[in-house]
Amino acid sequence: MAWDMLPMLAVMLPVLAMVAAVPLGARGAERLTLAYAPVGLALAIGIMLVVQLGGVPIRQELGHWAPPLGIAFRADGLAAAMLLTAALIIGAIAIFARADFGTAAGAAERRQAFAFWPLLLGLWAAINLAVVANDLFTLYVALELLTFAAMPLVCLDGSRATLQAALRYLMFALLGSVLYLLGVALIYGSAGTLDIVLLAQRVRGDIPVMIAIAVMTAGLLAKTALLPLHLWLPPAHAGAPAAASAVLSALVVKGSFVLVLRLWFGVMARVPMPDAAQILAGLGAAAILLGSVAALGQARLKLLVAYSTVAQIGYLFLMFPLLAASAGEVAAKAWTGGVVQAVSHAFAKAAMFLAAGIMAARFGHDRIADLSGAGRAMPVTLLTFALAGLSLMGVPPSGGFAAKWLLLSAAIGAGQWWWALVILGGGLLTGGYVYRVLAMGLRAGDPAPEPAPVAWQRDGIALALALVSVVLGFLPLAAFGLVQIGRLDVSP
Amino acid sequence: MTGTIFGLVGAALIGIGLFGMLVRRDALLRILSFNLLGGGVFLVFGAVARRGAGAGFGGDPVPQAIILTGIVVAFAATTLAVALVLRLAAAKDRA
Repeated sequence: MAWDMLPMLAVMLPVLAMVAAVPLGARGAERLTLAYAPVGLALAIGIMLVVQLGGVPIRQELGHWAPPLGIAFRADGLAAAMLLTAALIIGAIAIFARADFGTAAGAAERRQAFAFWPLLLGLWAAINLAVVANDLFTLYVALELLTFAAMPLVCLDGSRATLQAALRYLMFALLGSVLYLLGVALIYGSAGTLDIVLLAQRVRGDIPVMIAIAVMTAGLLAKTALLPLHLWLPPAHAGAPAAASAVLSALVVKGSFVLVLRLWFGVMARVPMPDAAQILAGLGAAAILLGSVAALGQARLKLLVAYSTVAQIGYLFLMFPLLAASAGEVAAKAWTGGVVQAVSHAFAKAAMFLAAGIMAARFGHDRIADLSGAGRAMPVTLLTFALAGLSLMGVPPSGGFAAKWLLLSAAIGAGQWWWALVILGGGLLTGGYVYRVLAMGLRAGDPAPEPAPVAWQRDGIALALALVSVVLGFLPLAAFGLVQIGRLDVSP
Repeated sequence: MTGTIFGLVGAALIGIGLFGMLVRRDALLRILSFNLLGGGVFLVFGAVARRGAGAGFGGDPVPQAIILTGIVVAFAATTLAVALVLRLAAAKDRA
């Protein structure tokens, strides 16, 4: 059995399913998505097992053409972790979304439902491609696919506000990807290849490559929504339907983040850039503090959760100076911490957006000031929100705690104690905005006039995602060794 | 020589497009700016191909393949953005 086919299948099958879903109509597309979800999950688990047991990345040269002329897929530990995260979250959201976008027997098919299911499959394919591709231009295509699939999800309900949010998102994303493409041109002109593994050996820090990396990083930051390029995120993620917001916040911004990692610690593996990394982490720190403060001040629950995403993205960038300035165990801790932060935030934020969506559907609004009585009316939903919040805060034992602890100890180990202060301060502020919601929810009060109970499957899905983000903290540290496999900045 | 001119023109287009995308408020103008910016990037890429980064070719074919793919992607992005602007205009009329 050729295991090296697995990453290619993980990209191709959702694309094929998406193409097949369009002529099937809303009902057929829904069935196809739900049928494909276990297959995609099995593929992701398979890739993770092969990478973990083999201890080396899976590499496949498409059509047996070797780079630099051919294109290779390379699934390392980071890719395996992200593939599994994407498969679990998209599978969960597909089940959750049946209530919103499902077509009941005998009911007429709706336009929204017809759009949602193929887009979800397209998004899945794009994320998988973005994490396994090993060629800078293939990654550009993945970025564009990700944008094209994510943008319509923002404006599914077709209202003016969401259309405006989607247009703003598209403008940021287009600017980001065209800047990235400019960098691709400069790197090709300088090194004559776009294969990341080859580039890691060839690239020296000469001026065209430095300019290319700067331009590409700026473009990718616009897509990842790192402060000050975050302006598009809150209206886009807060305006989308709950299931769509969950995918957007949990996964889509992580796709471009993985690309930044590939650039800085793949292409530039031999060229440490400690000063530039300090700037990047400075932006991350500003995002953590300002994003959390903005979340504290929000009147609406979904906007609060969206600003929390802005803040949590900041944590991802704290790993850069720690990796650039240190080696060995400290660098390994920083790398693992950053990746675990990406994964645990994905689960926690998906759970939080789903919980916020359930509450908004039950109350008919999402004004935080009027959420009193939520604890009595929907205890499971509020518990989900609280568990996800604990993981975001970094309270032990949770995935968020593991991530923040690793980053914290790497910051101390690298002698950059100021990032440790940011991590601790961000945790306190996160606690503040999560408490605001919980305190209001636990107050006595009468929820909504409409007594329709929340379907237990929806609550169960959201709770399961929150539990996964907490349980990540119980994993022994050795289990995270997976994400170390295939790091280009340490391989000889 | 021609490579240099193409490269410089491409750089100028990138500058104009970037300025337009950052400064203009009107959605249609920004979409046009995006196309200028994209055109500039393709020209720069073409100049790179002319210099022949590959082994001994008169012109390196890989960037040309990439430019073609890039043009298709940029075209798709433009149609998507224009469709969105049209939807937005229709929504405004209703409101």
